[in-house]
Amino acid sequence: MDLYEYQGKELLREYGLETLPGIVAGTSEEARRAAETLGGTVAIKAQVLTGGRGKAGGIKVVYSPREAAEAAEHILGMEIHGHTVRRVYVEHGVEIDSEFYLSITVDRTAKRPLILFSTEGGVEIEEVAETNPEAIVRLHVDPLLGLLPYQVREITFAAGLEGEVAKGLGTTLSHLYKAFEGLDASLVELNPLVVTGEGRVLTLDAKVTVDDSSLYRHEDIAGLHDVQAADPQEERAQEVGLQYVKLDGDVGILGNGAGLVMSTLDVVAQAGGEPANFCDVGGGADAEQISTALDIVTSNQQVKSVLFNIFGGITRGDEVARGLLSAIERTGLTLPIVVRLDGTNAEEGRRILAQNTPENVVTEETMLEAARRAVELARDGGK
Amino acid sequence: MAILVDEGTRLLVQGITGREGAFHTERMLQSGTRVVAGVTPGKGGQDYRGVPVFDTVEEAVEETGANASVIFVPPPFAADAIFESLDAGLSTICCITEGIPVHDMMRVANYLGTKDATLVGPNCPGVLSPEKANVSIMPKDIFMPGNVGVVSRSGTLTYQIVNELTQREIGQSTAVGIGGDPIIGTDFIEILSKFEADPETECAVMIGEIGGNAEQLAADYVSSEMSIPVVAYIAGFTAPEGKTMGHAGAIVSGGESTAEAKSEALREAGIRAATNPSEVAELVAEALGRV
Repeated sequence: MDLYEYQGKELLREYGLETLPGIVAGTSEEARRAAETLGGTVAIKAQVLTGGRGKAGGIKVVYSPREAAEAAEHILGMEIHGHTVRRVYVEHGVEIDSEFYLSITVDRTAKRPLILFSTEGGVEIEEVAETNPEAIVRLHVDPLLGLLPYQVREITFAAGLEGEVAKGLGTTLSHLYKAFEGLDASLVELNPLVVTGEGRVLTLDAKVTVDDSSLYRHEDIAGLHDVQAADPQEERAQEVGLQYVKLDGDVGILGNGAGLVMSTLDVVAQAGGEPANFCDVGGGADAEQISTALDIVTSNQQVKSVLFNIFGGITRGDEVARGLLSAIERTGLTLPIVVRLDGTNAEEGRRILAQNTPENVVTEETMLEAARRAVELARDGGK
Repeated sequence: MAILVDEGTRLLVQGITGREGAFHTERMLQSGTRVVAGVTPGKGGQDYRGVPVFDTVEEAVEETGANASVIFVPPPFAADAIFESLDAGLSTICCITEGIPVHDMMRVANYLGTKDATLVGPNCPGVLSPEKANVSIMPKDIFMPGNVGVVSRSGTLTYQIVNELTQREIGQSTAVGIGGDPIIGTDFIEILSKFEADPETECAVMIGEIGGNAEQLAADYVSSEMSIPVVAYIAGFTAPEGKTMGHAGAIVSGGESTAEAKSEALREAGIRAATNPSEVAELVAEALGRV
């Protein structure tokens, strides 16, 4: 789960990280009042769950409450890489001496937290990795031991920092590691982490991603989930425990198991079609889940045909067939549906479907044939 | 022969009295697996389908000589269950549980490195050696004994491919689901090396997907270390960037993690890569000279 900058900063402050005073605002009037409260120069920053907002015009530095209101008026409602700006963060201005990059991520290969530090902050780390890879210091932490003091020193020395700035970075890093652990984060990224004119080290922008699997033990964070920002169908799928991702094509896809569904999408693409979605109904799906899943998939107006690909393991083919029939009956769906059933009790399932086939349902024996058929039907405009 | 589990497996089920644990224990018993013990804290002294239940893994191992465990414990307690099995000295641990926090798994994985044990999973279908032992939630009826080793990050996609192999009368030595999480215990390389060392495995099938770079590392290993043929398949060519596709670990988050990058690495390493699941069985048949 990705957090907005203002949410991430609030959580990081609890772990001792230094940030600037700021107030979140949902209207230009709120932004004006926030600027008045903070006083002096402020930055108006779009709150979106995507990068590159500065380049997109989502950040403005202003010098009066009136200008703050104008800037907020302009930024609120702006579309940044497909995300609508619904809130701005009004943050106190600061004199910046230098900008760093500091992050901790989960390194899947090393199976350890990975710290990345660079004295070239304020730009994407991928860019630094390409143009000046030596500027990046990398360090793995043993999660059983935690971050050790010598490792903190290694980073500050490798970066060539001294005195108060080195001390400030060390403190920031120690706090950040505790936050990374404590928040069950899969990413904490401070970019830029700045040194102010007075030599203070503070977080100017923060990106925090919390591991979805850990949310059961972070109710406060789970409560921050932004329903508005999510796709309504993805949101509904999540509520009923389905895995659904909306895509741009016209062949709706349902199946059981993440790998099989991904593979089904690929096979549809190879057959010249375009998948409309990813939808995993999971193992042992019953009639009601199948009905909800069908409803979610077909509520996407672009869908012209549906491909239902089930490999029965624990899920039995006859149950799937019955579930599908009752789901079609319940939803009154008329779009063409191509069904491919294989595995446990598949023959029985196919027999049930053959006996009671509604006009819009066709069965195919193999995944490839089913994909080709679904693509053809979508091409014919769902007729 | 087979890898990881066989006739000598004496299995312990952690979470045996839970809904999933009970359901699959019954199926594993029906497959002829020797399930010698179950563990559910607080339910020691009971039995399930004739299998004695213990409070702790240590006690269960002492009393029954269990040498492998399978875990059906809910996510908040699953990492603890793995630590308990590791500390009790079990050499093969299979964790089926989906949804274990990634920080818990980092600790488990680093502790695992200090032990001489193999952890399969989590978020996996388990391990099955046809007609020898079933330490999994896989449907045994689609398998037949034979000489192809299967290792995969996905469950149902494995069933799909195993089924196609069986339909061509190509049997399997062992199928291992290594799991769909970002941090897992054993990886492609460890399992492939076991297949390479197994005298009865003549060909290996590797089923990968988007996310991470495990397939690239495996490709390097295959080209430098393996003598038996390897057939690969990668799922997720149509996956958009930044979206989790069902498995927590299946997410495109940079160049290396795409299906294209993985397939490219496989091709460069000279590995036969199929473009769809049916083609996997065709390529295996070719590799075994059975067309």
